[in-house]
Amino acid sequence: MDIDLMMRVYPFFLTAAWTTIQLSVLTALLGLAMGALGASARLSRFALVRFIGAAYVSLFRGTPALIQLFILYFGGPQIGIQLDAFEAGVIGLGINAGAYMTETIRGAIISIDKGQREAGRTLGLSQWQATYKIILPQAARLMVRPLGVNLNMLIKATALVAAISVVELTYTAQRYIGSTYKPFEMFLLAGVLYMIIIYATGRAVAWLDRRVQIT
Amino acid sequence: MGLDFTVVPGHLDIILLGCAWTIGIAVAAALLSFFGGIVFAVIALYAPWIIRQPFRLIEWVFMGTPLLLQLFLIYFGLVQIGIDLPAFVAGIIGLGLHFAVYNSELIQTAILSVDKGQMEAARTVGLSRGQALRKVVIPQAVRDVIPPIGNNMIALLKDSALVSVIGVSELTLSAQRAIGATYRPFEFYLVAAMFYYVINLCMEWVQRRIERRISISR
Repeated sequence: MDIDLMMRVYPFFLTAAWTTIQLSVLTALLGLAMGALGASARLSRFALVRFIGAAYVSLFRGTPALIQLFILYFGGPQIGIQLDAFEAGVIGLGINAGAYMTETIRGAIISIDKGQREAGRTLGLSQWQATYKIILPQAARLMVRPLGVNLNMLIKATALVAAISVVELTYTAQRYIGSTYKPFEMFLLAGVLYMIIIYATGRAVAWLDRRVQIT
Repeated sequence: MGLDFTVVPGHLDIILLGCAWTIGIAVAAALLSFFGGIVFAVIALYAPWIIRQPFRLIEWVFMGTPLLLQLFLIYFGLVQIGIDLPAFVAGIIGLGLHFAVYNSELIQTAILSVDKGQMEAARTVGLSRGQALRKVVIPQAVRDVIPPIGNNMIALLKDSALVSVIGVSELTLSAQRAIGATYRPFEFYLVAAMFYYVINLCMEWVQRRIERRISISR
């Protein structure tokens, strides 16, 4: 193992890891917003809105995220969408993650007993009030852990933007493998950084999950 | 520049060929991940400590890093240690191992949830521990775990697009070839997405049928 080489290149990996973290955070935020929107659409009273929500989930979960990214980044200019690689990465991955989070959020909401809403309505709350004051606070507790799984997948999925040349961890590893022919060393550098990011995120989610549980 | 789908039919032949490659690679990797998953599960549960612990570390690394990074390691790593495999073989190995680890997690849980009495009964009628595992415990565990493994296989199909990055001429790279000739990325990536979507729907249909079968057989 070439420790000298690893010591020489690791600063580049640290910079790249920071890009991966930024990508992950922005993608997660967009994914959550899309997930909330998607879940509301899937639970809507209107059949057309429900259909749009279901089509969103089915299409974006049914095709590779890499292809979605390529359509946005390479195909976008043809329909007037000009994005740089980082923006395309965040938007493409965020919309993709949103489709998965839609199902997570919807699953948590529909698992809350119907009697809760009915009881709220009986006490004179409106439909909206019952949703926001009774259903969502309870559903939010159930969402934390599965959303954590979504987040874990999403962090690993940020590696895809290497294919559109965003200089994040996987791209950096790929470039140094190409120039040094030391695949194992470069994998080790990038892998350790990914695992630190994923481990830290996992701990944060576990902490949040404990905080929101009723004891 | 606008969209013009009339260029698509002229390149449909390489798209279809790519589609066939995608299906072939996905099937081969799925088989590897299924049987690999069983082997990994048995190692993780029953191998001696000295094998089990390093093995768990490797599993942990596979679950904590992106598939794309693993593909680079396997493709370039094999070349470096003198094994020069065609890219598609490296792709199958990478996809297969990656998903074998995820399948192994499922199978481990399933093996542990098979009633202990099954193993004891098998030992009582004279089977060795290995035989009891192979003929009694694992078949029951595998049946329980087929629906979630089905989800992994659908994920595998979509992730097979990643092997285009190491130069395997499957559906995604075929689309890129057509784009190279026509400069029409939107059209061809959309066509590729459509093919993936159709394969995906077929897999979901098969999965539902298998699930129904299993629930009847119980």
